[in-house]
Amino acid sequence: MDKFNGQAISWTVQAGVIELSLHRSPCNELGSLSLQELEDFAGSLSQLESSAHALIIYSELKSGFCAGADLRELYERSQKLEKKEAVRGVRDFLERIHRVLNAIDASPLTTIAAVHGVTFGGGFELALACDLILADRTARFCFPELRLGLIPGFGGIPRLKRDLGNSVVRDLLLTGRSFNSTKAQQVGLVSQVVAEGEALRAARATAAQLGKFDRETAIAAKQFIKPIPDEELQREIDIFCDLFTKPAVEAGLKKFVESTDAQPYLP
Amino acid sequence: MPMTDQTLDEIMNLAAAHFKVPRENLSPDEDFFKALGIDSLQTLDLLTRLEHHFRVELPDYELQGVSDFRTLAAKIQARL
Repeated sequence: MDKFNGQAISWTVQAGVIELSLHRSPCNELGSLSLQELEDFAGSLSQLESSAHALIIYSELKSGFCAGADLRELYERSQKLEKKEAVRGVRDFLERIHRVLNAIDASPLTTIAAVHGVTFGGGFELALACDLILADRTARFCFPELRLGLIPGFGGIPRLKRDLGNSVVRDLLLTGRSFNSTKAQQVGLVSQVVAEGEALRAARATAAQLGKFDRETAIAAKQFIKPIPDEELQREIDIFCDLFTKPAVEAGLKKFVESTDAQPYLP
Repeated sequence: MPMTDQTLDEIMNLAAAHFKVPRENLSPDEDFFKALGIDSLQTLDLLTRLEHHFRVELPDYELQGVSDFRTLAAKIQARL
């Protein structure tokens, strides 16, 4: 299937470039619907890879790239279940999203996240699965999970640690503060910063350039330089599930979901 | 114009222009969430624009509870 129009995501293939767009209001929160459609995409990847050299992931929404996991859905589902069952559900969700992100991470395609606005939590982790992050000036990156009593659960820490210095990882993780695009480029997270609204255009130009290279060489280069941190990814799921049983998490989720604060996205 | 007043003025100019609110409707001590009619995602947008404009980093947690332009200006001034 080289074209798909879903409720949360869509994709097309043109001139060897797969464009995966996110378009679930309000800010592409990743819940069960998005996961299902992302799984469909990951399932189609091996077929798509035969006719493409690059993948661009971007958001169609003005609000941003992706605000992360759908915390409202997570909270509401957890409330209906016994603790043990809720943790099982969370583990299942994490294992499924990890399979999707691992497929994108290890894909022989050269992958580009073209981001703008809010790129938080799971959205940040989706971008981190890509080979390159191109950001417009409005982009903002953050791991706010600690305020919920959690750690990032979609592979964020191992992938960030693979890409950046440990002190930057600690800053993002332990303070929960957000970085703008300039800061993100300074620390090596973002490869290009462009004017507002220009990230997709820049990603397309980059993808067109990548199409000039020998595919086998590009694939060999990527495999050599970008190992998948499998062990740490698994450990992350275990730690997340352990933490999820703590009372602080329920309180943190409740506070977020019920908040009328104008700043609920600020850690 | 003292430095903080200039910062304050620039913040209100930027916010008014970006969120399309008449500049004369904004005053230093009013609640900017209400005055600008912005939600949490737009607040982050404002934060990003202010950081770029003043070339500063504003850790989110320093802005917790800040809701008026004057205090925001003081926070920015402290990082210039």
